[in-house]
Parts: sequence; C-alpha cells; structure tokens
Amino acid sequence: MTNVLINAPKTARRGELIELKTLILHPMETGFRPGTNGGIIPRNIIQRFVATWNGTEIFSMDLSPAISANPFVSFFTVATESGRVAFRWSGDEGFLAEESVTIDVV
Amino acid sequence: MTWSDRPGRRPALVLLALVFGASLAAAQVGADTRRSGYQDMGPALQKMQDDDTANPAMLFVQLGEQLWSKPAGAAGKACADCHSVADMKGVAVRYPAIAKGADRPLDLDGRISLCRTANQQAEPFAPESRDLLSLTAFVAHQSRGLPIAPPDDPRLRPFRDHGAEIYRRRQGQLNLSCAICHDDNAGKKLAGVTIPQAHPTGYPIYRLEWQALGSLKRRLRNCLVGIRAEPYGYGSLDYVALEIFLADRARGMLWEAPGVRP
Ligand code: HEC
Ligand code: HEC
Repeated sequence: MTNVLINAPKTARRGELIELKTLILHPMETGFRPGTNGGIIPRNIIQRFVATWNGTEIFSMDLSPAISANPFVSFFTVATESGRVAFRWSGDEGFLAEESVTIDVV
Repeated sequence: MTWSDRPGRRPALVLLALVFGASLAAAQVGADTRRSGYQDMGPALQKMQDDDTANPAMLFVQLGEQLWSKPAGAAGKACADCHSVADMKGVAVRYPAIAKGADRPLDLDGRISLCRTANQQAEPFAPESRDLLSLTAFVAHQSRGLPIAPPDDPRLRPFRDHGAEIYRRRQGQLNLSCAICHDDNAGKKLAGVTIPQAHPTGYPIYRLEWQALGSLKRRLRNCLVGIRAEPYGYGSLDYVALEIFLADRARGMLWEAPGVRP
C-alpha cells in the first residue's frame, strides 16, 4: 500500500508558473542507525523521484539518506498543455509508487 | 432581587440587563489566556499543519481511512461494518471516557484497541503501532474544529484528580513537576524551545523530531524522560489519568488533530 498526497491546480493558464507539491509515506531509513538488537537497520530510502507532463520529464531528483522520513517535494513548472502529470518514486527494496493528476490548461 | 420578583417588566429592558450582566460576568472571569501549542509555533509550521497536502499526519489519516474499511479478525468485520464515519464526529473530543458498565477509563486509542480485540476478535494492535495510530488519527480528524468536551461523568473524577496530582508532583532526577514548566514557565524558553502550555489539542501529532506520527502518551513519555523520571509502562493508567486531567484543563479549546509539532 503506498500513500501519497498531491497538491496541484486543476486548471492553469497557458504559460502560467504553477507549483506542484507532493508528500509520500516512506521511512527513509538511513542505513546508519542501530536497531534494538544492536545490528544496523538496513538502508531503505527512495532513490529517485521523477515527474512527467504528458510523458515529458519536467522534474527529477536523486534522494539521499539525509532526507527526512515522508519526504515532501515541491517544485515549479510552466503549464504548457492540458494533460496528465505523473509522479514516480523508486528506491531500495524494490520500492515503487506512482500517482498522477490531470491539469486543464486554458 | 430575582428576575421572577418582577413579572411583567418590559422585556427589552430585561434583555438589555441580561446581556450587560453576562458581559460583565465574562469580564470578571477574565480573558481566556490558554494557548494551543499551535500558537507557539512559527508561521511555517502553522502553514504545514493547516495545509492538508503538506501536513505529513494526513498520510496517516489516509492510511487509517484504508484500514477503516478493511475486515480483520475472526469476526471478519471492518470498523465500517459497525460504524459510519459520520458517527465518529465529536467522539475524539470527549475522550478519555468510561464506557457504560466499565470501571476504567479508556483514551481514544484504548477504545479503538478494544474494538479491535472484542468486536473484530483480532490480534491486539501493538501499543502505538502505525496501524493503531493511523486509525486513531482518522477518527480524531473527524472532530477537527470542535471544542474539547470531556464528559461530566462523576466516575472520571478520581482519575482526573490523580492526573492533577501527578501534574503537580515533583519527580525525576531534575525534581521538576509538569506545572513548573507548563504553568509557571509557559511561554518562556527552554534551550531554544518555547515551553507550551501543554494542551492536548492536536493528538495524535506528527512531530518533526520523531519524523513520525505519535500519541499523547509518547509526548508525555518524552517529558518524563526529559526530567529524568522513569516513564510509566505502556498500558499504565497513570497516562490516562494525566490525559483526563489535561483534557479537562483544555475544555472548550478547539480540536486541531492531527497537529504538527516541532
Ligand atoms: C523541563 C520542563 C518540562 C517539564 C517538567 C515537562 N514538560 Fe512537557 N514540554 C516541555 C517542552 C519544552 C515541550 C515542547 C517541546 C517541543 O516543542 O519540542 C513540552 C511539550 C509538552 C506537551 C505537548 C504540547 C503540545 O502542544 O502538543 C504536553 C502535552 C506536555 N509537555 C505535558 C507534560 C506533562 C504532563 C508533564 C509532567 C509529567 C510535562 N510535560 C513535564 C517541557 C516540559
Ligand atoms: C462488531 C462491531 C464493531 C466493530 C467491527 C468495531 N466496533 Fe467500534 N464499537 C462497537 C460498539 C458496540 C461500540 C460501543 C458503542 C457505545 O458504547 O455506544 C463501539 C465503540 C467505538 C468507539 C467509541 C464511540 C463513542 O461514541 O464513544 C470508537 C471510536 C470505535 N468503536 C472505533 C472503532 C474502530 C476504529 C474500529 C475498527 C478497528 C471498530 N470500532 C470496530 C462495535 C464495533
């Protein structure tokens, strides 16, 4: 079960600068912390986040162990054409989450 | 003179006197100086709490909503089979409470745990596990914006008094009471942190330091450890007694769960 919250406008004017905000449930376990049995808890982080607008990449980032649990990522983009903005998080232990929103550009 | 001594007086005058009298009484009691921990946070954190897509606790509310309709246990029943979400409105603000026929108070997560074992006949949730906290956050969220309204149940009184006694008792290696910080020094700084008045308005909260959702009990444990006192065991009634006292002290304040705290 993946849990994601997205804040994106439903409509935008062509050429408008819009903000897209994303929040995802993830432990972002650093791989440096000892667990209750004294052993190191294996690293479990999101490694990469990519956003595409109608298939074209508009934003991507590599995530590191220093990023907090449940990472909040926000970025700006220019509204070009109506369509689907898709978000994809991938990482350790085969983690994969995908979510999308549609935005009407008028 | 009582109002009934003067039947037939002009109603407008009586009304005026009533209104005047009431506002005078309010002025005598003094303005409510209670502050939620929310008001002691900076604008950035307040905005984080207010924005449902930036408040990380909402991820857990979402998780709780999924669990709400998932059947569990030998009864094969989901919470949703016995309760409507609308019925959960106003529940969180009157907990802890004592159920009819029971003799000990339960806080909200205690009540949900009881439904889990007694009504779903499922394995008990581990104390403060993610699933339990998420369900609690989901139920608590339904009461957002309502005033805290502890029940006027005389059976709660001895527990509240016990909570008040703990609150004022000096304890731990630092020999401090809750009241020394949260009544006498609230609003002042402890290291870089503003000492809040300790009103349980936002629980369960997403605490940035924890990077997780946590219960009021966890918060209380933090304060106990902070004064180098031995925290009570997970299921201890001492926590529930403190929770009853704190809820009573915050009566009428607005419920903001799930909150964000530094
Ligand atoms: C040494 C001072 C000190 C003592 C003693 C202390 N606390 Fe606290 N407490 C704090 C501070 C500081 C915070 C806020 C921490 C933060 O924001 O990071 C806090 C936070 C809290 C909160 C959270 C308030 C909110 O807005 O969510 C509650 C509830 C609380 N304390 C209750 C208690 C109780 C009950 C006791 C006694 C068992 C106690 N505290 C003892 C300093 C203290
Ligand atoms: C088989 C039916 C059943 C199931 C399943 C069930 N409950 Fe309950 N629940 C009850 C009954 C009965 C009560 C007691 C109602 C009362 O006292 O008025 C109750 C009470 C509650 C209360 C307190 C309500 C109040 O007004 O004080 C909460 C909160 C609650 N349940 C949450 C849950 C959650 C969360 C789940 C799923 C984990 C759940 N319940 C599953 C039957 C059920």
